[in-house]
Amino acid sequence: MDSFLQNLINGIGIGSIYALIALGYTMVYGILKLINFAHSDVFMVGAFMGYYGARIFSKLMYGSSVVEPGWTLFLLVLAFSVACCGVLGYLNERIAYRPLRNAPRIASLITAIGLSFLFEYGGQMVFGPDPKFFPQLLEKKQIEFFGTSITSHLVIVLVVALVFMGILQYIVYGTKFGRAMRAVSHNYETASLMGIPTDRVISITFVIGSMLAAVGGVLYGLSYSKIDPLMGIMLGLKAFVAAVLGGIGNVPGAVIGGLVIGIVESFAGASALSTYKDAIAFVILILILLFRPSGIFGKHQAEKV
Amino acid sequence: MKIDRIIPAVIAASSILLFGCPPKESGGGGAASGEIVIGHLASMTGGQATFGQQTDQGIRLALEEINAAGGVKGRMIRIITEDTQSKQEEAATAVSKLISRDNVTAILGEIASSNSLAAGPIAQQNKIPMVSPGSTNPAVTEKGDYIFRICFIDPYQGEALAKYVANDMKLTRAAILRDVKSDYSMGLADFFKNTFTQLGGTIVADSSYAGGDSDFKSQLTTIKSQKPELIFVPGYYTEIGQIAVQARDLGITVPLVGGDGWESPKLIEIGGKALEGCFYSNHYHVDDPSPAVHQFVASYEKKYGAKPDAMAALGYDSMKFLAAAMERAANLEGPTLRDEIAKTADFQGVTGTITLGPDRNPLNKKLVVLEIKDGNLVLRATVDPAAGAALAVTESAPATGTETTTAK
Amino acid sequence: MRNWLVRDVLGITVISAILIGLSYLLGWLPIPGMAYYNRVIVTIGINIILAVSLNIINGHAGQFSMGHAGFMAVGAYTSAYLTYFHFQPFLATMKEGPAQFAMQQVLFLAALLAGGGIAALAGWLVGLPSLRLRGDYLAIVTLGFGEIIRVLILNIDKIGGARGLAGVPAFANFFWVYLFVCIVVIVSWRLIRSQVGRAFLAVREDEIAAEAMGVNTTHYKVQAFVIGSFFAGIAGGLLGHYLVYLNPGMFQFTKSFEAIVMVVLGGMGSISGAVLAAVILSVALEALRFVKEAFGLTADPRMVIYAIVLILLMRLRPQGVLGNREIGSFFRRRNGRSE
Repeated sequence: MDSFLQNLINGIGIGSIYALIALGYTMVYGILKLINFAHSDVFMVGAFMGYYGARIFSKLMYGSSVVEPGWTLFLLVLAFSVACCGVLGYLNERIAYRPLRNAPRIASLITAIGLSFLFEYGGQMVFGPDPKFFPQLLEKKQIEFFGTSITSHLVIVLVVALVFMGILQYIVYGTKFGRAMRAVSHNYETASLMGIPTDRVISITFVIGSMLAAVGGVLYGLSYSKIDPLMGIMLGLKAFVAAVLGGIGNVPGAVIGGLVIGIVESFAGASALSTYKDAIAFVILILILLFRPSGIFGKHQAEKV
Repeated sequence: MKIDRIIPAVIAASSILLFGCPPKESGGGGAASGEIVIGHLASMTGGQATFGQQTDQGIRLALEEINAAGGVKGRMIRIITEDTQSKQEEAATAVSKLISRDNVTAILGEIASSNSLAAGPIAQQNKIPMVSPGSTNPAVTEKGDYIFRICFIDPYQGEALAKYVANDMKLTRAAILRDVKSDYSMGLADFFKNTFTQLGGTIVADSSYAGGDSDFKSQLTTIKSQKPELIFVPGYYTEIGQIAVQARDLGITVPLVGGDGWESPKLIEIGGKALEGCFYSNHYHVDDPSPAVHQFVASYEKKYGAKPDAMAALGYDSMKFLAAAMERAANLEGPTLRDEIAKTADFQGVTGTITLGPDRNPLNKKLVVLEIKDGNLVLRATVDPAAGAALAVTESAPATGTETTTAK
Repeated sequence: MRNWLVRDVLGITVISAILIGLSYLLGWLPIPGMAYYNRVIVTIGINIILAVSLNIINGHAGQFSMGHAGFMAVGAYTSAYLTYFHFQPFLATMKEGPAQFAMQQVLFLAALLAGGGIAALAGWLVGLPSLRLRGDYLAIVTLGFGEIIRVLILNIDKIGGARGLAGVPAFANFFWVYLFVCIVVIVSWRLIRSQVGRAFLAVREDEIAAEAMGVNTTHYKVQAFVIGSFFAGIAGGLLGHYLVYLNPGMFQFTKSFEAIVMVVLGGMGSISGAVLAAVILSVALEALRFVKEAFGLTADPRMVIYAIVLILLMRLRPQGVLGNREIGSFFRRRNGRSE
């Protein structure tokens, strides 16, 4: 029973990281029908910006690059990383994807793969291929809870992730911009005829998605303390599976999908199936898609001629 | 731009690069003068880039020293590093390029056994000696008599560790956490398991992860529930730090034990306090006061501004090892050089004394067990099979067994 | 026997003879570095088979598959299993000589076909869910199948698991690879001009309209998967027997991406485009090795350059190098204009 609860908590921990990345996938997909493979690498860049940001801000605040844990520093680093990735997301869209708006969809997909390679191998050249230690921005405490062990970092990851998901939910369903976003996602051409500045909406969507990835990156660094330029590949793939599982294009779906994948993987890893762990996410995905072809929350759209 | 202009341009540019660059005139192969060209096969990009780049740095440091001392047979040595992108197909193509286009005299590489297994047959076929600094899978040198290695093989290290844990520390309950993607980790885990159970120990849990994973809590939760006295984690340092942190987060206090894949300055940086009391086997100790090691570490730090890891040390040794054989050889033809390498005995390297056995693996290479104490590496034991006994603990730590809090 | 079949079989016989001649020529050419160029040429051949076979699924039938590496792995391991555990020991009992040589070729062909067959079976299994899934959902499911296959192989100790399978007999060579290059191109060419091919195109262009016109879309989708994965399996078998080593890490999803890039870059649905793109990308990747040498760099920038070239090519030519046309049509059009 103890280990059941522990596995559940472990799963929620990794699942919330999946969920944050999955949100970026699902938003871009919802609006452009594009699998943005470079998204997981924006997540990686976010983590690295957190790494460098921590050093820069420590230097500015305390005059040494040895990182002292503290909330001010954490929030500054988070803001820095989010800002950097926001700009990166904007540039990605502006330089790589916008010129392909009227091209076949597959061209954007290949561009996404190209961008992904560029970030991964470029990251290996710029940051170096060796793993980096992500500084401890916050003090870590152990919390005992019904015989299970929880770190304070896990709680912070959960709270921060929930806050940002809430903000996103509000933006999409509670603001005028969100309505514009949903309109563009529903029908690009009609939306533009109705006077919605579609290009700007798409740009902002990319920026928001990238910012969420940056949040994911910093939280990941905080709780897993090791980052490297290829860390986005497997995490990104799982996050994408999570987005599809929840019904791609659907915000709560991505969150639920991320948590489901995280928890199932956690139980699989704890069982005798641990050598099959990498495949479990896909098995779940296939099983669910066989019964609900549009994911858990996805709306099934009737095809028209 | 018109497509009928792009395609010819791309093809022309590529072919100029590929076929147009004439291979530099060199005295490779059997020539008696000019510079000697050595190929280094390494993953400079991709998943194993961190290992490949470290090895390359070690090799280049050795190269500088050799050339500064007048080279080999009065000839300078030049290294061509060819990227394998951490892929087997690329390793085969790269080794073929080095041999047939660059006419290399010998090849250093690869670190990863899988890449060495793909490249080895080609070196063998062309009768070009290949010295692997770090491929520990026994199958690598079985591919032919032109393939050598200077590191110890998985069975040797796995057995030595199992014996140390079972005989010297008197521990009986071990859990294993292995990297299912890495043949190195799988091999080491299997050999440890065999010896440990033969010596009367029990493997209470055998879990696995995939290299590149970042969350190991679920496997560790299972391991914790089995109450082991130690956890054997034969992976690479890239994951070990995280595994240690997560184990401590879950309240696991027993030591983690590993092999030479742990060796890196990054290990303690990432793992920090979580690694206190953990230990691993290695080729040498960075803080070893012996002049050879001391000088290597000092010049490496001077050149690269960081401490070397195991790969750098092995790369350094492999270059020196090859240079020594080339100096001894009557000429640098493949077969002659091969015979000379095979005869290597008592080569004094940073990572120990190397004497090659009939199967082209080092015989009785010294192995040290290092413990992490107060953020530093402390020599815990030296295993020297040459001293007669299978295991001679020369400097056994008195702290043996202190970490076995869950032992019941 | 149908007329075209006789013609193709004859054609392949002639091609075989030419290929044998060519392979002797390539082995004999006294160019420094020829062994390396030969290797590159064979690698290109394997990539062509991959790209053309994926083009049948992605380009012709319009089913977006991202699991080609998985089918390749199935073929590679099946054929290597046969040759390594059964055929090679059998060959070792034979006397050396022409009889053994001939037997080796026959058994190798059998192993390749078996590998292709099992891969086709896997393709059939994967094709089945495509009854219900469309577009990107199908893409992600095929990607998942590819990864599941890789993880399964990782867990089968008999064929090496993570250690990989070392010592696969070196049966593949220039002749075998290019024989299958010719076969896959011819099959693909014939297919697209047959009734089946037209059905593929109908499914690609508009599935619902095709259904309404009485095309059994499910049947044809699965058929495309089966044919495509058959040749992917062959490519895998050739790779294993050329590299004499197999490792599950060789078949990660990035390998599928490489094949997709070739198909899209060549122009979806264009056979000659797929061939051309496979050649260009493979040669470019090798040529980039020399960038580092030429500029004396320590870090290797070739993958970064490769990525930038990919992005630029898509920007300049989003529909692929040849669009969905064949290379011949460009010359025909040009002739037409000059008249």
